[in-house]
Amino acid sequence: MGADAVFRVEGLRKSFGRNEVLGGISLDLFAGEVTVLMGANGAGKSTLVKIVSGVYSHDGGTMQLAGATFDPQTPAEAIRAGVVTVHQNINDGVVAELDVATNLTLDRLSGKGASLLFKPANVRAEARAVADRMGLAIDLRARVADLSLADRQMVAIARAMAHRPKVLILDEPTSSLSSAEAERLFSLIDRLRGQGVAILYISHRMSDIRRLADRIVSMRDGAVSGVFGRKPLDYEGAVNAMLGRKIHLDRVVARSSARAVFTAQGLRLAQGAKPISMTLGTGEVVAITGLVGVGKTALAETLFGVRRPLAGTMQMDGKPFAPKSARQAIAAGVFLVAKDRATSGIVGGFNIERNISLPFLKRMSGLGVMKKRAERAIARRQIDELGIVCRSEKDDLSALSGGNQQKVMVARWMSQAARLFILDEPFQGVDISARRDIAAKLRASADGRATLIFVTELDEALETADRILVMSEHTIVGEHRNDDIDLDRLLAQVAGGPLTSAA
Amino acid sequence: MSSSLAGKATARERSMTLRDYAIRYGFIVLLVGLIAYFAVAADGFASPQSAVFIFQSVAITGVLALGVTATLVVGGFDLSIGSVATSAMMAASYAMVVLEQNAIVAVVACLVIGVIVGLINGWLIVYMRVPDLLATLGMMFLLLGLQRIPTEGRSIATGMTMPDGSVANGKFSEAFLALGRHRIDFFIPNLIPVSVVVLVVLALLIWFFLEYTRFGRMMYAVGSNERAAELAGAPVKAYKIWAYVISGVFASIGGILLAARLGRGDIASGNNLLLDAVAAALIGYAVLGAAKPNAFGTAVGAVFVGVLLQGLTMMNAPYYTQDFVKGAVLVVALVFTFALSGRGKR
Repeated sequence: MGADAVFRVEGLRKSFGRNEVLGGISLDLFAGEVTVLMGANGAGKSTLVKIVSGVYSHDGGTMQLAGATFDPQTPAEAIRAGVVTVHQNINDGVVAELDVATNLTLDRLSGKGASLLFKPANVRAEARAVADRMGLAIDLRARVADLSLADRQMVAIARAMAHRPKVLILDEPTSSLSSAEAERLFSLIDRLRGQGVAILYISHRMSDIRRLADRIVSMRDGAVSGVFGRKPLDYEGAVNAMLGRKIHLDRVVARSSARAVFTAQGLRLAQGAKPISMTLGTGEVVAITGLVGVGKTALAETLFGVRRPLAGTMQMDGKPFAPKSARQAIAAGVFLVAKDRATSGIVGGFNIERNISLPFLKRMSGLGVMKKRAERAIARRQIDELGIVCRSEKDDLSALSGGNQQKVMVARWMSQAARLFILDEPFQGVDISARRDIAAKLRASADGRATLIFVTELDEALETADRILVMSEHTIVGEHRNDDIDLDRLLAQVAGGPLTSAA
Repeated sequence: MSSSLAGKATARERSMTLRDYAIRYGFIVLLVGLIAYFAVAADGFASPQSAVFIFQSVAITGVLALGVTATLVVGGFDLSIGSVATSAMMAASYAMVVLEQNAIVAVVACLVIGVIVGLINGWLIVYMRVPDLLATLGMMFLLLGLQRIPTEGRSIATGMTMPDGSVANGKFSEAFLALGRHRIDFFIPNLIPVSVVVLVVLALLIWFFLEYTRFGRMMYAVGSNERAAELAGAPVKAYKIWAYVISGVFASIGGILLAARLGRGDIASGNNLLLDAVAAALIGYAVLGAAKPNAFGTAVGAVFVGVLLQGLTMMNAPYYTQDFVKGAVLVVALVFTFALSGRGKR
């Protein structure tokens, strides 16, 4: 590609207090190229993005955009100069209550030269122009709140592209999309690449990276640890540079279980769905995989008593099990690490210790009075067990990286013995090394209980489970023992039909 | 793995900046400074009697504030506390003066009112999904009207003429009045009023409940992340309703103290209760940098307001400046809590 970078960062430094987050980052972005930025949580990716997008100031180093100095003081300034960022949280990029057309043209409603009156016809015409340029096939009158996550993401990106930026930064855009939805996003990115936009793409997902990357830049501990630009790209090298250690894709040695802990017969999750029957045994780790929206969370919530099945029965250890609430499920030894820790797991005002003890307060109190010493001992033990990186058990969770926050959530439910341990998307927003730690811990402690994990990413299932069940359309469509898997067949089941193209 | 603990601790050593100290101890320092200033500037401020007077003046609002703290903890709010207190006062007066009952019946009647109002508030908020501010605002107006119906808007005192022309001859029992007027010997004879004792006992009770019991802990969890609490097995709805019941009962206890102090059911009294109590609870957010509702902070907040008003009164500041000063203190405290401590960001 062109020798001159459109966007150039040199020796960028940033510290928070005594904590140096970026120690001299240099990065070049070229027009018409997708540069993938990889880095474990805490490597400084988010800080870099926030500096480039004008949210944070920097302490040292320079940035240049098309040869001119670039030093945005506010996000608006960065956007005006031609650097646009679509953040991880999709809902930050759109206004849910407004329709698509208004969202696409939102930035023109304010600022200089904006008309005082809101003219729906003009807005729609403008929005139509933006949508056509992006190849966006979404009803412009639809309310954003009614759109799927993927469509919202598209709207957020299209809205960013309405500024005709030179540089587009995408921060983990696929983290909540299914593979089919992600594919739509990728074709949009291809289109933008073709239009000569320099794209910085931040992601953990190898499948995204393989699909999109022209160059890979790996970050570790606030510094660039590797730049990979020669094709074919050295993906393994990039991952190694990011983790700083050799990852050997440890294949699981699949175990089988003789004794059943949990059984379900004829469980129906949705109208018209085929019933589910399954058995989970002691000591085995079972992964249920499938696309977003096929009912994985619905099944997890049914087992945990938060949702009622339309039909069917369940048994724990041979006894009927029909929990009416999370409370009853917990009492029966069924624990759930719920999906999306920020909204359904973490208690913001609580420190690590209190977050861990939350479900088991009764077991850590006498006559209702908390036994603080016991509580602290358990928290310390769990911090040790899972290798949670923190100063002490009194740290707020906001001070931890995403991977460590997730470890706290897992530590919470592993602090007492479970009969059936369910984890719904436990690796979402978790860096690879934390993910390996958690998976290893799950396998090492699996004796004496059944472990059930729900994951969208097939890799996560392959790395963790003894047995893999595939879900599609609210029922289980396939079962595989994880030692000599026919991946094509598995992928076909995930896709819900015969395999048409190579994945 | 304690190595990774220790390693991180040295890398990111905890440093208390001046700002952290300001957030943590700012309000306590301010309170001590205020007391020191009044002790020097106002004659007679620094005396046991003056201290007791301050406590007495904040006893009723303090009790209400402790109750509303419980609802703040579960992420709610209770605007009906002022009118629950005045309703309880009217009910106690009605029971004794019109129905000629004894003190125990009057007290029980008040507590029952507190429980019922709390249950209704909780039901409206939890099951009818009315937003907390609106539900309790509605309850406030409802009670303001309801408490006037039995006497057709008249205040209640011995010898009053009832709507049907008869004369009410009952009177406040001595035991009941003692709740508001009796003073207990404490080094100095007749020093500490019973109402202050009630305040201290309730403050200790709610403080212990919120900080040291699993129920209190779970209430904080409900207030911080309701869904997480529910998935951790907490009966969230019950906790919320309980919080409103606590608030209602505390408010009714405040009403009992008010009736015992006044010795009549005065329709015009209790106007400032809601404002003062809410101010005390919200000031409490700023105490010790808690940035959350807490019983200790609420008690300090109540004392803070009491000291301020007593000091100003003794320095002959006009009465109408008091509300302004209270409001200003509240605004400053909220800035302490939300802007300086940086909660809610990141």
